[in-house]
Amino acid sequence: MTQVSMTVNGKAVSGDVEVRTLLSSFLRDHLSLTGTHVGCDTGQCGACMVHVDGDAVKSCNMLALEADGAQVDTIEGQAAEDGTLNTIQQAFQDHHGLQCGFCTPGMVMSAAALLKDNPQPTEAEIRAYLEGNICRCTGYHNIVKAIMAASGQDVGAIAAE
Amino acid sequence: MPKDSGIGASSKRREDVRFLTGTGNYTDDINVHGQAYVHFLRSDVAHGRINGINTDAAAAMPGVVRIFTGADFEGVGGLPCGWQVTDKHGEPMQEPPHPVLAQGKVRHVGDPIAAVVADSAEQARDAAEAIEVDIEDLPAVIDMKAALADGATKVHDDLTSNLCYDWGFVEENKAAVDEAIANAAHVTTLELVNNRLVANPMEPRVAVADYNRANDESTLYTTSQNPHVIRLLMGAFVLGIPEHKLRVVAPDVGGGFGTKIFHYAEEAFCTFAARAINRPVKWTSSRSEAFISDAQGRDHVTRIELALDADNNFTAIRTETHANMGAYLSTFASSVPTWLHGTLMAGNYKTPLIYVNVKAVFTNTVPVDAYRGAGRPEATFQLERVIDKAARELGVDPIALRRQNFITEFPYATPVAVEYDTGNYVATMDKLEEVADLSGFAARRAASEAKGMLRGLGVNCYIEACGIAPSNLVGQLGARAGLYDVATVRVNATGSISVMTGAHSHGQGHETAFPQVVADMLGIDESMVNIVHGDTAKIPHGMGTYGSRSLAVCGSAMVRATEKIINKAKKIAAHLMEASEADIELKDGQFSVAGTDKSVAWGDVCLAAYVPHNYPLEDIEPGLEETAFYDPANFTYPAGAYACEVEVDPETGKVSIERFSAADDFGNIINPMIVDGQVHGGLAQGIGQALLEHAIYDESGQLLNASYMDYAMPRADDVPFYEVDHSCQTPCTHNPLGVKGCGEAGAIGSPPAVVNAVIDALQSGGKNVTHIDMPVSPSRVWAAMNG
Repeated sequence: MTQVSMTVNGKAVSGDVEVRTLLSSFLRDHLSLTGTHVGCDTGQCGACMVHVDGDAVKSCNMLALEADGAQVDTIEGQAAEDGTLNTIQQAFQDHHGLQCGFCTPGMVMSAAALLKDNPQPTEAEIRAYLEGNICRCTGYHNIVKAIMAASGQDVGAIAAE
Repeated sequence: MPKDSGIGASSKRREDVRFLTGTGNYTDDINVHGQAYVHFLRSDVAHGRINGINTDAAAAMPGVVRIFTGADFEGVGGLPCGWQVTDKHGEPMQEPPHPVLAQGKVRHVGDPIAAVVADSAEQARDAAEAIEVDIEDLPAVIDMKAALADGATKVHDDLTSNLCYDWGFVEENKAAVDEAIANAAHVTTLELVNNRLVANPMEPRVAVADYNRANDESTLYTTSQNPHVIRLLMGAFVLGIPEHKLRVVAPDVGGGFGTKIFHYAEEAFCTFAARAINRPVKWTSSRSEAFISDAQGRDHVTRIELALDADNNFTAIRTETHANMGAYLSTFASSVPTWLHGTLMAGNYKTPLIYVNVKAVFTNTVPVDAYRGAGRPEATFQLERVIDKAARELGVDPIALRRQNFITEFPYATPVAVEYDTGNYVATMDKLEEVADLSGFAARRAASEAKGMLRGLGVNCYIEACGIAPSNLVGQLGARAGLYDVATVRVNATGSISVMTGAHSHGQGHETAFPQVVADMLGIDESMVNIVHGDTAKIPHGMGTYGSRSLAVCGSAMVRATEKIINKAKKIAAHLMEASEADIELKDGQFSVAGTDKSVAWGDVCLAAYVPHNYPLEDIEPGLEETAFYDPANFTYPAGAYACEVEVDPETGKVSIERFSAADDFGNIINPMIVDGQVHGGLAQGIGQALLEHAIYDESGQLLNASYMDYAMPRADDVPFYEVDHSCQTPCTHNPLGVKGCGEAGAIGSPPAVVNAVIDALQSGGKNVTHIDMPVSPSRVWAAMNG
């Protein structure tokens, strides 16, 4: 066992982990931050997406020890203290950008990373960026629409709610 | 004006808040104090005889609590099949045993051989690698037609062959169908494959089992679409645990698409093991395991013939299908190619004579069962492809040929045993032509051609049958369950309401849409109504969510229970206002006496029911809670028309979906936003089947693409924005809401539109290509163009 320390959603945390413990496991099993989901074992689905020092990272593809000393942000830290959803979260609800909710934390974290670098992405840019996030429920229509809306773009012309 | 609440409003989903903040409660988020972890050792060969299993070294590894093998399950029931199909000779299907852990033989890659229970998941996995299994390889049976050849290796030694059943439907019509085809002016024949798919809900399956020895009570938390069905199947048929000692909880479930209907070995194993070691156990599937242990979908090989008269009227349809069951009969596998497929072969058309033959075959592959649409996509695909092919052979417009043959009068009894209660296929086609802007297609084709691309338009119709029922009919057809559903409406003393429903929401938004109905009926705010689902300890009973049945069946039960509530509440209101019950009206949450200004509020009536100081105790009981069981009189029949426009790159064969439009008739709509979302998701799965997805087994039975690195799931850039319309509404005539169901339509209706569009594109480019099997991948398109 090795001790690992990091800042998660603004709070200092530490724990003893095996060298092979993934960051996703550390978040879920050691910190009980179960909003980060694990949907595959090959790094494709993106349900485990978190931010490490501001960058979008698939937490199943990183060892907990690699995040030692890092600032980690997860879905649990996205809403305001009083529970008010952030702009992206609210846009996902407003535009029905989620169904079963399993891929949703990863989608929200990916969208946040995209909008940080590209505040007004085109539809094509959003679709390309989401290459690493799989959703089986929504057909992506309302996810793309929600991200466009969250970036302040008029989505009224896009058919269907 | 769009409504802002109640039936017809696009109420925002209340469940979203927990999913968007990471506070959902999925099965893998559940941990029971002291739990041990399960890892299954699975077969890495498709077919083999187990000559020995040595667990000594593994049992000595750190943290190992116990190792189980098939021997531990002798005397325990096998996993049951829920539908007995009778073959064309009147004989029951061949139904082999399906042990929880392999006994004697392994029959597919992924078949569980042993299970390690250890203190940690890692220790369980490490120990499983130390189990020595002596397996004698046997020839693998993969191809269905080879499996039926004389002398083929048998998947199940005790069966007479690999044929599960040979089903003829309707057998009495066969001679007439043969004669009509022999005498037809034109017959179009098409041979096609409906490709095998992996359902792939994003949440892998999980089972957590707890046991209280003092009370002899077991609890199973599981990723299920129907916890009561699991309780019944596992309790009664596998483990022998009566209902009052077995609680099954399906909490938040991350998508199902059919594959979480079934009772799986891992659920029974965990429940069994927790009792055996008197300790909670947990199993979490990896995605790699899901690919070789979740029931898969489709996998039909079909030859269809469509006969037409000299005026292009459809006169007969004859089909012959081989349907892959995989190595064992999964829970509803036998019903999919038969009653969920043959009954839909009329489609939207008045074809007087139809005969469907289905041979269901055992192979050394993962079991196949219902996947979004389940039999109906297979029926729709072959019918809508053969109609398109016929139109091209006859040189007529594919839409005109469809319109000419539409059923236009309802109710309509098809020659395949079902009666469509209502529909308007002309209206949905008219609407499709409008929303898809078909009049603008020629200009769009010209624009594509100007940049060197081929552009094609594919159109098709679909019909589906939802909410399978009534129970006495499905019983005659072989179902070993009733297909009613149940709701309890519990009005609390202060007027808030908890609805216990047998439906299970795993993405469908029941927690939002169901309250819209109850609130609308009572004239109260939606926020006063909560939905409780997914727990056999909290809900009276229920058959769960699949087959687009939730609102049509479970919602109808909820309406019936709410009607009982209203009736009782009116009695209470009449007493409080000293009026006749017949004069009581309920509007906007107020009970009033007709023709007077007397009224009493909903909340006051509820309070009176629970504090019955001024109450007609001699006539009615205190309290306000009602339960209703609802058994539908018929299926519901959603239908619609879809259009796809593709661009095909003639250099590479790559197909891109440029436009996809859907005009659906779902009857009445409760929440249009949710309905749109259901269609979107179905379309992506159908487009995925048509362009990308294919579970490929090699001849030794290895699934070659058993990961997301290899199995092509649709990504965001594989699909366009969709044009979805459901303004054509012919309400269902036999359920109280007039609803038909919308969950599967997109997946049923979209594959033929895509393939029809690709064929249209290639023919527009002068290529004599009449069919390409799905997935219509670049290599297949390129080969077809250059073959």
